[in-house]
Amino acid sequence: MNETGRQPKAVSAWMYVLAFGTLLAFLALVGWSLFRRQQGAVEVGKPAPAFTLTSFDGQVIDSAALAGRVVVVHFWASWCEPCENEAVLMEAAWQAYREGGEVVFLGVDYSDTEKKALEFIRRFGVTYPNGADLRTTISQAYHISGVPETYFIDRDGLLAYRQIGPFLSTGEIRAVVDILLSQ
Amino acid sequence: MNGLSNEMKRRFSWFLAAWLVPVLALFALAQPAGAEAQPPQPTPPDDEVNAIASQLYCPVCENIPLDVCPTQACIEWRELIREKLAAGWSGEQIEEYFVEQYGDRVLAEPPRRGLNWLVYVLPPLLILAGAGVLVYVLRSMRLRAAIPSSAAMPPIPKTSNDPFVQRLEEEVRRREME
Repeated sequence: MNETGRQPKAVSAWMYVLAFGTLLAFLALVGWSLFRRQQGAVEVGKPAPAFTLTSFDGQVIDSAALAGRVVVVHFWASWCEPCENEAVLMEAAWQAYREGGEVVFLGVDYSDTEKKALEFIRRFGVTYPNGADLRTTISQAYHISGVPETYFIDRDGLLAYRQIGPFLSTGEIRAVVDILLSQ
Repeated sequence: MNGLSNEMKRRFSWFLAAWLVPVLALFALAQPAGAEAQPPQPTPPDDEVNAIASQLYCPVCENIPLDVCPTQACIEWRELIREKLAAGWSGEQIEEYFVEQYGDRVLAEPPRRGLNWLVYVLPPLLILAGAGVLVYVLRSMRLRAAIPSSAAMPPIPKTSNDPFVQRLEEEVRRREME
């Protein structure tokens, strides 16, 4: 017994459990968040993320409904300079396949204003469906690192090829599509 | 001749009336509702635009507020804010529009929903828990300081005449007290 008549209380076990539990939960949350952020691009050969795109002219396109066709998903923005030349190449490639009906081109406008996007589409004469990536859900699903990026989905819905950065010729685009059509 | 001319004039008047009335009615219907209620507003000044832009982050640059972002994309977004303000939108409506278009990441403050609540709840909780631990440690230190030193130890009862045993017991007691 000391002068004050009190002894320092031992820290109870539940306090240790609570403190360490909170710390672990917090670390797990931070780890999970970092893991999600650091996840790389979608792997080639794996199923391509499904998405719904509402085009600027109001057409609702469900990627899942495009199974059996080769799908070219092109991420672009009006403020992206390399996208300008590539828009012409994409349109030329699209014109080569549009009659066949076996290939679908979709333009996903990333973080843009609708006004500028429509100006861009008119300026480069793009005719395949284009729509805004609302809330950036599609670009997040594909983990894009910027624009332009293009993803090629085969007839089975698997990601067959991805192009980070712009294509430099229509021939490059068609080469990829032709391989997928021949499979 | 004159009678025929009057008849023609009368028919022409009826013809005009028959066409003009529906055309004018259609033109009136085509006007947007409330168009008169909202006259064109003057171009909002930069300060007004930047006040809203400062609450938003550039959707494509990392951690740069929209009001100071120098990229072409951000210039266009600030123009968009100006257009919306000129159209009579409130700051809140513009922020909602940006979230709808570009996601929650454009907001300077995370919206209060889902796991985002942790951002608001955890820091005060951790500060409270830290304060509790600090109080506990300080109190423990104070109580330890109040424990008497070996000089104030109670007298050792003689249980043996052996001086070695006495020294041993004294040492054990002192260690117990420490």
